[in-house]
Amino acid sequence: MSLLPNAAVLLGKELRTEFRSRELLTTTVVFILIVIVLFSFTFDPTSDESRRFAPGLLWLAFLFASSLMLQPCFLREQQNDTLSALRLSVSDPFAIFLAKVAANTLFLLLTELLLLPIFAVMYNVPITRVLHWLVLVFFLASLGISTAGTALSAISAQARMRELLLPLLMLPLLTPILVASTEVTKRLFEREPAVQWTGIGFLAVFDVVFLTALWLFGEYLLEE
Amino acid sequence: MWKRAMIGAFVLFLVGASAYASFYIAPEEKTMHVLQRIFYFHAAAAWAGMTAFFVCFVANLLYVWRRDEKWDSLGVSSAEVGLAFITVVLITGPIWAKPAWGIYWTWDARLTSTFVLWLLYISYLLLRTLIEETDRRALLSALFGIFAFIDVPIVFGAIRWWRTQHPAPVIMGGPGSGLEPTMLKVFFFSVLAMHALMVFLIAERYRLEKLRTDIELLRREAEAI
Amino acid sequence: MTPPSFSPVGLRFENIDKRYGGLLALRSVSLAIAPGECVVFAGRNGSGKTTLLRIAARLVRPSRGSVSFSESSGDGNENVIRPGFVAHATMVYDELTAEENLLLFARLQDVQRPEDRVDALLKEVGLSERRASLVRTFSRGMRQRVAIARALLHEPAVLLFDEPATGLDPQGVAWLADAIRRLRDSGSTILMSLHGESEISSLGTRAIRLDAGSIAADTRTGATFRSILAIADA
Repeated sequence: MSLLPNAAVLLGKELRTEFRSRELLTTTVVFILIVIVLFSFTFDPTSDESRRFAPGLLWLAFLFASSLMLQPCFLREQQNDTLSALRLSVSDPFAIFLAKVAANTLFLLLTELLLLPIFAVMYNVPITRVLHWLVLVFFLASLGISTAGTALSAISAQARMRELLLPLLMLPLLTPILVASTEVTKRLFEREPAVQWTGIGFLAVFDVVFLTALWLFGEYLLEE
Repeated sequence: MWKRAMIGAFVLFLVGASAYASFYIAPEEKTMHVLQRIFYFHAAAAWAGMTAFFVCFVANLLYVWRRDEKWDSLGVSSAEVGLAFITVVLITGPIWAKPAWGIYWTWDARLTSTFVLWLLYISYLLLRTLIEETDRRALLSALFGIFAFIDVPIVFGAIRWWRTQHPAPVIMGGPGSGLEPTMLKVFFFSVLAMHALMVFLIAERYRLEKLRTDIELLRREAEAI
Repeated sequence: MTPPSFSPVGLRFENIDKRYGGLLALRSVSLAIAPGECVVFAGRNGSGKTTLLRIAARLVRPSRGSVSFSESSGDGNENVIRPGFVAHATMVYDELTAEENLLLFARLQDVQRPEDRVDALLKEVGLSERRASLVRTFSRGMRQRVAIARALLHEPAVLLFDEPATGLDPQGVAWLADAIRRLRDSGSTILMSLHGESEISSLGTRAIRLDAGSIAADTRTGATFRSILAIADA
């Protein structure tokens, strides 16, 4: 069986597992809410200041949350050694990664879209006019976070102190995503919103580079 | 043993000579005067550090392909040496910035990116301490090293762009920007000296690593009996 | 069990070395296994049995040497050569039902008419009634049955069992022995790693003892079954 059908079947499994328990989604959403509230204590969330700081806070919250959300990704597969079963069953190991990247991107995107209106209300930022651009940024950033994070999660699952290790590995690596997403979002939150195409470009480049790297090196990440 | 000592002495001589050249041969720069001289050290160390990380990247690729542990030893050696040079860069930057701009850290694009680079390779070394089994450690750290290195250009690019959105004081201008001929010569000599030092340090560290892994192997074989 | 649609397959291990860190888990292991043989591997923990089986399953890459499969007739069906693997871990998802698990792996392996195949297997392993229950709710014996069903989905010609009786009660062991007997009798090539004598070990047509990564005894070269299994646990 070829790559895409395999990945689709596995994606179905990832989605079914998650939507049955919804544990990843709920804990991630609650975590981001907590972070957003805590952030509010560190500055005065009135109109002008919040518009300057809000994008950065939003993306920091997403990054921290994702570094936690991506932990179970491969840890789950260690529980009953289902990873071996997957490796035995698929013809191309990249299918395993593709499915997980797609699933994680979707989960991240869902939490982000869920929290966006709440964030907008709490920090008084306008989002309706630029909603479609925000979705684009969210998608590209989530794809990048998910790609790098899934790869690193496969690494940290095989080391000690994995709960602390994954954020340690992920956060410096994802700096370009933080920088680019914040800038683009900032511009979109302004009174005269504009689309920062260079920023979007960086996100796209990151996504392509890391998807390619994952495709080239994925099978080694799964080696026993 | 003597050969190594002689090479070491020669490298030390090169470094000393480049320091001398930085202070006495290079003409004084018109705006920053003596303070600017630290640039020869700072920028050359930055280049040497980056070269060391590139060596690490190549070693990582070779390990994944060949699985010979000498590539793993080269990887960790070059990462550590690279990190040492980058630490020097991160220290000399603020030392220069304080008298020049009045503050230690200006969030200058290159220095900030260098800080992220430093964090990435510290993570690389930390990852290694958290995996006990040698083959696994070598493979996983090599893979992380590869991901980290391909991220580097994107990090530098993104932060440079970010800085154009929020201009800030730039540390020391670009290398070769506004450097007159003698200065350029001194600069390239410093780069040469730093690279010589880097190669020497990597070689010594590699030798140490090989000894360590050999001892480890003997110990395990002894235990198995 | 329904008669298989494959022709028997043999295995060959050639000069297998497996190094973990500084230690050799397997040293120059060479072994030829004829189609249809049922081989019992005995040996202490750490003798290399699990490693050898995982190399045969292609889950582990040997540091040196190779494993190859040979068919008696040129069937050429790649899928059949993929061994079925049953380990101590169940290798199925606790949060999915038995049916969902089997359908997942059936689809991944491109099994024809997966729903029918899953139906048939559930019936064979006696789990039809619990097909819609989450595996998390199953007993150890039932999980083992799901694991075996999973391994059989693609009708493999080669089956690998790594200490399959661990944690099973006598009833479970009896069921397992019966299942393996039927597989053996229908022509599957079976490799099993076991601890000592049992209902299951007596199904073997050949026994091999591994000691510190090398083959220490083989019934093919004169050792007795009993001696291999008895000494193994000393």
